[in-house]
Amino acid sequence: MRILIIEDDREAADYLLKALKEAGHSPDHADNGEDGLELAISNTWDVLVIDRMLPKRDGLSIIETLRASGDETPVLILSALSQVDDRVTGLRAGGDDYLSKPYAFSELLARVEVLSRRKAGPQVETKLQVADLVLDRLAHSVARAGQEILLQPREFRLLEYLMKYAGQVVTRTMLLENVWDYHFDPQTNVIDVHVSRLRSKIDKGFDFPLLHTVRGAGYSIRDNSN
Amino acid sequence: MTTLTRILSTTAFKLAAIYLTSFTALSVFLFIFISQNTDDLMNKQVVQTVDAEIQGLVEQYAQSGINGLIVGVERRVRSPNSNLYLILDYSGNVITGNIAYLPEKVLSVSDGRIQFVSYTPLGLAETNRNKGEAIVRIFELPGNFKLLVGRDLEDQVHLKSLLGDALTLWLVGMVVLAGITWFFLNRRILKRIDNFSMSSRLIMEGDLAGRLEVTGNGDEFDRLANNLNVMLDRIEELMTGLKEVSDNIAHDLKTPLTRMRGRLEAALRQNLSENEGRECLDETLVETDELINTFNAVLRIARVEAGSTGVELQLVKLADIVKDVCELYEPVAEDKGVVFTVSLEDEPVIEGDRELLAQALANLIENALKYGRPDAGNVKPAIKVFLSGTDEQAILSIEDNGVGIAEADRERVCNRFVRLDSSRHAPGSGLGLSLIKAVVTLHHGELQLTYAGRPADSESDGQSGLRARIILPLSKGQRGEGEGNETWDKARKKNATS
Repeated sequence: MRILIIEDDREAADYLLKALKEAGHSPDHADNGEDGLELAISNTWDVLVIDRMLPKRDGLSIIETLRASGDETPVLILSALSQVDDRVTGLRAGGDDYLSKPYAFSELLARVEVLSRRKAGPQVETKLQVADLVLDRLAHSVARAGQEILLQPREFRLLEYLMKYAGQVVTRTMLLENVWDYHFDPQTNVIDVHVSRLRSKIDKGFDFPLLHTVRGAGYSIRDNSN
Repeated sequence: MTTLTRILSTTAFKLAAIYLTSFTALSVFLFIFISQNTDDLMNKQVVQTVDAEIQGLVEQYAQSGINGLIVGVERRVRSPNSNLYLILDYSGNVITGNIAYLPEKVLSVSDGRIQFVSYTPLGLAETNRNKGEAIVRIFELPGNFKLLVGRDLEDQVHLKSLLGDALTLWLVGMVVLAGITWFFLNRRILKRIDNFSMSSRLIMEGDLAGRLEVTGNGDEFDRLANNLNVMLDRIEELMTGLKEVSDNIAHDLKTPLTRMRGRLEAALRQNLSENEGRECLDETLVETDELINTFNAVLRIARVEAGSTGVELQLVKLADIVKDVCELYEPVAEDKGVVFTVSLEDEPVIEGDRELLAQALANLIENALKYGRPDAGNVKPAIKVFLSGTDEQAILSIEDNGVGIAEADRERVCNRFVRLDSSRHAPGSGLGLSLIKAVVTLHHGELQLTYAGRPADSESDGQSGLRARIILPLSKGQRGEGEGNETWDKARKKNATS
């Protein structure tokens, strides 16, 4: 995956480049807004990671310029300004996701990977399937190995989100943001409890588990059976 | 500065001086006006009298000649308080009259014009010349006689000097009285201002508990002092808060930093195996995350406390938020063996920030989960979330059946980083309630902490359990029109899509 990082902090950028390469991606880097915009326009990227405060050209203005020219490459905004209102301005400017510094690399990686999927096109699949687990969006039903599983509405949305990004890591914060639409950090392990309930419904009693915990990062639904 | 120069430089004194000057000028003007007019009027009367006399005497002269005139004059001279008369012959010798001396040049003007003269009446010693003031007219009669008729002005002079004395007395009295008044008034004001200055100097020097003196007579100084005292209260509160925060930051942020530093140092010194090194790094990472969380929380509170900057209040259905958050926490409660009940009695709509309200409620529930454990081992912990409303307010209460918070601690626990001794062992930053309080204040609401009821074992008489109540004002629309209006639908739609 081709990822452009526009970030003025040399050390943070180096670290990101290295870590993304290790994760199997091909990242590139610009350390100011002008160069960043030029690189973003002259090449095709799967995801742009843009710091909000940059020398020469503000991160938000880069995004606005790109969007105005019809460039819909997914953008992850990085910012030292945290909190909801900054997030809102970032997303309004055309960003697709927002991550406040300092962040865990696993969080950034998970978000970047999910964003790249979004670029592949808005697949409005009515049915999502991972191995023998099938989720029918229209009928609002879930079945595994032909056996119907009853889920609460929220459990259904949780599973839907996980299956939409099947094979990818989804962090707890992403789940809280996308399934519950809240952006605060709960002190307790609320998400874990919800996921473990879902797991007991879709994995318990079946041949192999589908819902995996990724240590230090989050969760992932994938078929590990073969 | 001496007391005098200070008095002279006060606004009150300057004003007083201006008033005094203009009042004096007016008085002098009035005096001159009165005395001038009185003088004119009296002179006119005198001239009339003199004219009448002259008329009479001229007629007498015409009828009975010089002898008749002399007789007439002599008769008039004898009457008390008589006018002044003088008859001279052609060579200027006095024939008769009651004037002993007149300046020469007066007598040479005999065309009958009015003359103001100094004279000496008959019967006074030579040395007392020019003792009187008078108005005279001199006519030349046929036969080269000269007739002088005049009137003494003693009354007028007397009146004038009387008025002059009165004015002087009046002015002196006024100045003295004004001076005394302003002196004492100023001294009193200056004394109070000096008190203020001294108190504020003490406060500036660090005695934040000092206050300005309030005499209790309700004058403008008292009002000023009261307002300044309220301001000082607020400053003291803020300073205490700031000090507390810095103390606590020192403790709550430095402690983990010290621990981290120590661990890293130890790791460098020892020859760790790869696994041990990894473990050490993992622990350090966890601690870093905790620090970041604490830091974020402090920033968030500061942000919310700073007011509505960046936070847009919108119409939100509180019940939806309560449902969301309770649904989020219900499984956690269940796993912990907590009886978790939610009852939504009302559907209040308020102007608020969905995100912040949700976080406030989440914090309260997390607190209840963490600290709301009943003392008695055989009692199941229970948390009740209750949403109700009145015509004006939405009331959200969260109750647990733990030990509660003693009355003395209730205010304190809302401060940043405050953790009661009983809960220090549990993980947490001591910022939960501060954020709740800040969020509630931002929404113009009120946070009440009380006991929820009697303790579960019901053996002691004390109360226990914590009831946290958030009271928020309803949105204007709902207060006024109730259900079914457009804004309400909008709020509902917004929450439905989220």
